[in-house]
Amino acid sequence: MNNWFAARRQRMLRLKVRREGERPFQPRLSAGAPVFEQCPRCHKAVPRAQWEKNLLVCPACGFHRPVGAYRRLSLVLDEGSFQELDAELTAGDPLAFPGYGEKLTGLRRRTGLREAAVAAKGRIGGLPAVVAVLDSRFLMGSMGVAVGEKIARAAETAEKARVPLIVFCASGGARMQEGILSLMQMGKTAAAVTRFRDKGGLYIACLTHPTTGGVTASFAMLGDVTLAEPEALIGFAGPRVIEQTIGQTLPEGFQRAEYLQEHGFVDAVVPRGKMRDTLALLLRLHQKGGARRDAI
Amino acid sequence: MTRSDPVTPAQRVALARAPGRPGVAGAVKALFTDFFEHRGDRLCADDPAVLAGIGLFHGRPVTVLGTRKGADLEQNLACRFGMPTPEGYRKALRAMDQAEKFGRPILTFVDTPGAYPGLEAEARGQGAAIAACLARMSTLAVPLIAVILGEGGSGGALALAMGNRVLMAENAVYSVLSPEGFASILWKDSSRAQEACEVMKLTAADLLDYQVIDRVLPEPAGGAQADPIAFWRTLDQALTEELRGAARLADPARHRQRRFREMGNSWLNAGKETR
Ligand SMILES: [Zn+2]
Repeated sequence: MNNWFAARRQRMLRLKVRREGERPFQPRLSAGAPVFEQCPRCHKAVPRAQWEKNLLVCPACGFHRPVGAYRRLSLVLDEGSFQELDAELTAGDPLAFPGYGEKLTGLRRRTGLREAAVAAKGRIGGLPAVVAVLDSRFLMGSMGVAVGEKIARAAETAEKARVPLIVFCASGGARMQEGILSLMQMGKTAAAVTRFRDKGGLYIACLTHPTTGGVTASFAMLGDVTLAEPEALIGFAGPRVIEQTIGQTLPEGFQRAEYLQEHGFVDAVVPRGKMRDTLALLLRLHQKGGARRDAI
Repeated sequence: MTRSDPVTPAQRVALARAPGRPGVAGAVKALFTDFFEHRGDRLCADDPAVLAGIGLFHGRPVTVLGTRKGADLEQNLACRFGMPTPEGYRKALRAMDQAEKFGRPILTFVDTPGAYPGLEAEARGQGAAIAACLARMSTLAVPLIAVILGEGGSGGALALAMGNRVLMAENAVYSVLSPEGFASILWKDSSRAQEACEVMKLTAADLLDYQVIDRVLPEPAGGAQADPIAFWRTLDQALTEELRGAARLADPARHRQRRFREMGNSWLNAGKETR
């Protein structure tokens, strides 16, 4: 019985991953479709199958391509453990901003996402967790009312279930199109993860490219443990705004994950291939009473 | 804004930014006696763009916090025209901890274009400093009343404004980003800032509608800067009432958490809209 459910969940996740894979990866390799795809950074032509096998990390230069929310979940969750939370949750158009509604409709069709965040219950290395993921393809992963609410609910679900909370950030910040209510989501999410942590919950923030603006200045920087993907841009102000303000070009590597670690804001820079094991380790280390005796 | 309202949102933006606009330094002089200023974040520096201290408000000690633009060019430059660095936000955190320890209510006065976007500010964790302020404000057991006096710019303003009650001067503005930034991001054209002022819904009346703020402080004709004394009198009266109300809160921290937990929730749907 249990196996049947697990298999069904896995099928569901695979379906969603395939759907978000339509861009940049065509699911159907038709006769005319290119078999190679160029790395956006080193321009090496890499076979598509190898991109897939290497979790969208360039085998030549190590460049981490953005991954969709469902793919991200499939990369970290144990097989068959994915259970989506608040899948249908969306928000309206508080500013009645011209073109916003159409934009949302188009993005929903193209990405298979309902909003810029996906939350799920699942297991990592056999241990339960709530995992929320932002997706940069959906309006730059920006935080409007629905995204803020999903993060807050994820924290509350984790609190009730007494399991750790993991959030993968990838966001340009607050969502301009929802105006002041987007800004208020910073308060909502910061309060929610703080309450969760104060009740003894473990919150792991995973910062991926890019994590900026109001997301950085709220839940992204409030982790008990903070991880980052290599070379991810992480900051409050965007590099262009800073350059305009100070009137000089920024140094190489500024606001990258490694820079943040050097400055004391990130515990570990974790390559994508090691993320699942690192999360599993952290979950194990935070089990009540530590590791099992027989594991020592 | 009502249809008969003669002041446009763009005019309010101009009034909010006008030189001589009453700020936290003026509030300290006008509303408090026996003021002592906290300086420094106890980590590395003192940022004058954040003013923190303890004052007597009608004989009762309160913690005062605010963003400061400065009164003359020299001060403007020292305060980066009201844009705090992480050191400023960490000084604010320290003042919040002090308020909590000694059971003092906190009054904050906000007038900032936003947090400073600089190289050192990023290196020292601007985002982390603001996040820490938000987290701290969400758990404070003492009441916090926030007043938006002039510009309430983005996360740099919210960092001092997670109040049990949030008040806003009639000509103040409060927004997710400056109208110039908004126009430049959404329309790739910062010269459309005037238009942005209209669509952003950044006036006190708009924010009262969204339940982002709780109370509008009327200003004299020509703005608070035209008659600061009258404006301080209005604010004094309002803060007296608000503190009296806040004293009745059984659990100010929980109240604040609930207030922000509800932000924007009337706009949520669960799968009702079309795909
Ligand atoms: Zn490459």
